[in-house]
Amino acid sequence: MGNILEVQNVVKQYGDYTALNKVSLQVPTGSIYGLLGPNGAGKTSLIRIINQITMPDSGTVLLDGELLKPEHVQYIGYMPEERGLYKTMKVGEQCLYLAQLKGMPLSEAKKQLKYWFEKFEIESWWDKKIQELSKGMAQKIQFIVTVLHQPKLLILDEPFSGFDPVNANLIKDEIIELNKKGTSIIFSTHRMESVEEMCDYIALIHKSNKLIEGKLEDVKRQFRSNTFQVGILTNDVEGLMVKLTQKFKIDQTHFKSLNDDLKLEVALGEHTSNELLSILTNFGQVTHFVEKIPSVNDIFIQTVSK
Amino acid sequence: MSIISLIIKREFIAKVRNKSFIVMTFLSPLLFVGMAVLVGFLSTMNKDSVTQIAIHDESGLLKKEFKNDKFTHYTDLSAMPFKTAKDTASNSYEGLIFVPKVTAVQDLKEKVEYISEDSPSLDFISDVEEVIDSVITQENLKVLGFDAEKIDKAKADSSLKLSKFSGEESLKGLNEIKVVIGGLFGYLIMMFIVIYGNFVMRSVIEEKTSRIIEIIISSVKPYQLMMGKIIGNSLAGILQFLIWAIVGTLLFFIASSFLGLQMGTSSTVSPEMMDAATANVDKMAKLQMYINEISNLPLTTLIIAFIIYFIGGYFLYSSLYAAIGAAVDSETDSQQFLLPIIMPLILGVYIGFFTVINDPHGTVATVFSIIPFTSPIVMLMRIPFGVPLWQLALSIVLLFGTFIFVVWFAAKIYRVGILMYGKKPTWKELYKWLKY
Repeated sequence: MGNILEVQNVVKQYGDYTALNKVSLQVPTGSIYGLLGPNGAGKTSLIRIINQITMPDSGTVLLDGELLKPEHVQYIGYMPEERGLYKTMKVGEQCLYLAQLKGMPLSEAKKQLKYWFEKFEIESWWDKKIQELSKGMAQKIQFIVTVLHQPKLLILDEPFSGFDPVNANLIKDEIIELNKKGTSIIFSTHRMESVEEMCDYIALIHKSNKLIEGKLEDVKRQFRSNTFQVGILTNDVEGLMVKLTQKFKIDQTHFKSLNDDLKLEVALGEHTSNELLSILTNFGQVTHFVEKIPSVNDIFIQTVSK
Repeated sequence: MSIISLIIKREFIAKVRNKSFIVMTFLSPLLFVGMAVLVGFLSTMNKDSVTQIAIHDESGLLKKEFKNDKFTHYTDLSAMPFKTAKDTASNSYEGLIFVPKVTAVQDLKEKVEYISEDSPSLDFISDVEEVIDSVITQENLKVLGFDAEKIDKAKADSSLKLSKFSGEESLKGLNEIKVVIGGLFGYLIMMFIVIYGNFVMRSVIEEKTSRIIEIIISSVKPYQLMMGKIIGNSLAGILQFLIWAIVGTLLFFIASSFLGLQMGTSSTVSPEMMDAATANVDKMAKLQMYINEISNLPLTTLIIAFIIYFIGGYFLYSSLYAAIGAAVDSETDSQQFLLPIIMPLILGVYIGFFTVINDPHGTVATVFSIIPFTSPIVMLMRIPFGVPLWQLALSIVLLFGTFIFVVWFAAKIYRVGILMYGKKPTWKELYKWLKY
């Protein structure tokens, strides 16, 4: 599989301020790609360059192996973080207009709209004005407008903000379904749990530079701390602690458990998990033994605060 | 359909469907004609009331000279002592003309007094002074031994005949007509720019505040959006102007025929009316001459120039309006940037009405009819007076050159501005945006 999107050494400056400093990314075709970074890191600048809203000062962007050109807008669907629709325009007309701007023929746009309106069971909204809809309803329309022209690459900036949990779930399922059908998706979000849940790849941009990029598991492996969470039922807590501290670094911790056990976090250091386990089994019944996998949240905070 | 025509269509439909636009379109002519009718009605009301003036003439020289007319009635209170006359006048008259005893008629010159509660109108003062003057003049002539009647006969009333080197005759009032026609076209352009430029600006701000802008410009170039917006709004504006013209004309005819009918039924034909009728025939003949003169004006040039300057001027200014709309977040923030736009427009109108009428080919008028920001207004006002072709050509070339430059410049600000939220930019920042 090739890359749907390749960003190569992109630099963008606003006056004296550098928004992107030689950023390169590879988004594999068919992936869900999480673009992470704190506010002001340069995510939006990058997304705007991909959408050809602004031009990079230097560097290139390839879409499906081709240098970005104006016709490419029809292959990209973009839902910006700051989003909205014409308030006084009717829903149906608005969707048709926006689809036509993306280069869709009118008849095709109508057909696709019918499909989505039926799917979301919102046919009755066709002649309503946006200002008559609730915020959540308008967001659904927004999503439809974004995916209507069947883009190869979907760029979603904070897609779940403004949705209630039910609709957020609905949209999430649609995104996953689109992905299964072959649409590549770039996610830009602060909601780490959805990254964790949905993304295959992540990249982290901080202060105009890309710091991390790769498959989610690879990144996590890179950030593993060789720490285990341990639960044990024992009568000789003191003896156990003495024994453990000879070899390992230990911390008290909390996790959900049905037992009234001793909960510890053990950093292995240069030792192995088996060594730890053999000590534990001497002191009582092990109820919990899991490697602590760094969450995307941990990785994010750890990288950004470095 | 191409992208830009899609945008034009949407902007046009959005504007035309807008409720306030519809209301404005059909209500404005009604309001306008209604106002005209109201003013006409009020001024006839005003004329109906008769001003009552008392006269206390101790000299006996003036009381017979004040003649009653439709608007003023004079009552002689000379029989009463001055004190009583004054009291009576202050109670039941508008004012009192007091003429003291004089030894010679010439003494009236500075002795006559007008006593009233409210200051008299300027017309009234000059009427009274005219009466006094004529009495003194008559007396002076008599003293000097002239026959007043003969002198009247001897007075000449000449009229200067105007013509051009080409041999055409022209009428005296023509300069005024030329100014009115040129002024009308120039003023129309200014109004159009101010009203529809503002529409463009508001539409840009609306897209910005509703945040749809980022979605749109991920599909189209900001430049296309801006041009589509300007053209779409101007088409809506032209439609509105056409409707105004048609409805206004219709209403005007309806209103005037209605009023005319009322006049005809309310009074029988009186000698005054007959006078008025003959006067009307005279006026009609004159009007015919004026109409001939107007048709001799360079109308074709004027209309072609109107279209050219309209397009050039409107695009020049509305792209600036679009740039301002993009730079600000709300209409209230736009004032600071609007001033430099409106200044040259107002300057153009002032120069048109004050300088062009005095000296249509003077330096000031010529220079401002070539400078692009005022030329759409000033040049149109000059065209009826005949403008050398080279000036016209230079002015148009400059206008369109500037227009292209300004659109480029405005598009740059627009491109950056539409993505900047929540902050009112300074002039310095606008300058910086040009370099992004």
